[in-house]
Amino acid sequence: MANKRKLPEINASQMADISFLLLIFWLCSTTMSTDQGLSRRLPPPLPPNMEKPDVEVNERNIFIVLINSQNQLLVQGELMDVRQLREEAKTFILNAENDIHMPELFEVTADVLDKNGNVERALKTVTTKNHVISLQNDRGTTYEKYIEVQNELVAAYSEVRDAYSRREFGGLSFNELTPEQQEAVQTLFPQKISEAEPKNYGGKK
Amino acid sequence: MAQIRKGGKKEVPGVNTSSLPDIVFMLLFFFMATTTMKEVSFKVDVKVPEATELQKLEKKSLVRYIYVGTPMKEYQKMYGKESRVQLDDAFAEVDEIEMFIENERNAMKESDQGLLTVSIKADKDTKMGIITDIKQALRRAQALKINYAATKRMSY
Repeated sequence: MANKRKLPEINASQMADISFLLLIFWLCSTTMSTDQGLSRRLPPPLPPNMEKPDVEVNERNIFIVLINSQNQLLVQGELMDVRQLREEAKTFILNAENDIHMPELFEVTADVLDKNGNVERALKTVTTKNHVISLQNDRGTTYEKYIEVQNELVAAYSEVRDAYSRREFGGLSFNELTPEQQEAVQTLFPQKISEAEPKNYGGKK
Repeated sequence: MAQIRKGGKKEVPGVNTSSLPDIVFMLLFFFMATTTMKEVSFKVDVKVPEATELQKLEKKSLVRYIYVGTPMKEYQKMYGKESRVQLDDAFAEVDEIEMFIENERNAMKESDQGLLTVSIKADKDTKMGIITDIKQALRRAQALKINYAATKRMSY
């Protein structure tokens, strides 16, 4: 043939439009998976035909938090706003001044293990290891209040752990520690939030 | 010497956009892979409470959900306005939870059965009565790892 015929190119400019459209659809219609919440562990069920075990806990070791059906808070016998709860719980857990009305102090130790299971560092501190935070709510309490209180109590513990790890590990916060170190700090300051067996204190369901 | 070309219209060459679709497709696939579709269609109205001490739920396959809230408008005629429980795609009674957990656990791999986590997605205006009943049911079903779904609180 005399003159070379050019192959006609496929016009691909619409392709970009289509893929943009798809992209924008996905961007709008999806939510990044943000499933998060407060993790807790329930106590194992009581065997049937068994009386509730009477655990002897010294009175100074219990921190009682009650929430009534009007969402009011009674902490250690005093009406309290939920915003003060965190500080109050922290002073109770730490008992820095060795108050006789707060839990007694004990020396506790925990080992930071390295990857081979050898002791890398032994941690030692004085804490109130026998304390218990007892949380009781009414059937009429709203879920929102309950979560708020739970959140404050968990926050109190994490602030205590944070303060400790900053002191012991050169300014690193609890979240910046290695898993082994975190575990050791957790053993020193375990979360002891106990929820009473449910009761119905009068009032409607 | 510089030559000054005269005459003959000079066209501005078009920018080559043939690789644009490739880039956009790449973005598209990224989003398709990283996002998850809604697990169920909600029959109850759930607005989870706010909190600050949140932990992420790691493995989706180990998590089962229990939804609690008031029925949506279209179901209120049938089910009333009291808070109700939703398991998977249907309304359920609190007594059914034990069975539900049992079935779900048996459907899982044996090595994963102990790691089952139950996420309670409850509306913030729910009364604690029903939540307490659910918790008791979960205790009986030996599903002790639970998670109260919440969103991040930005300010007080």
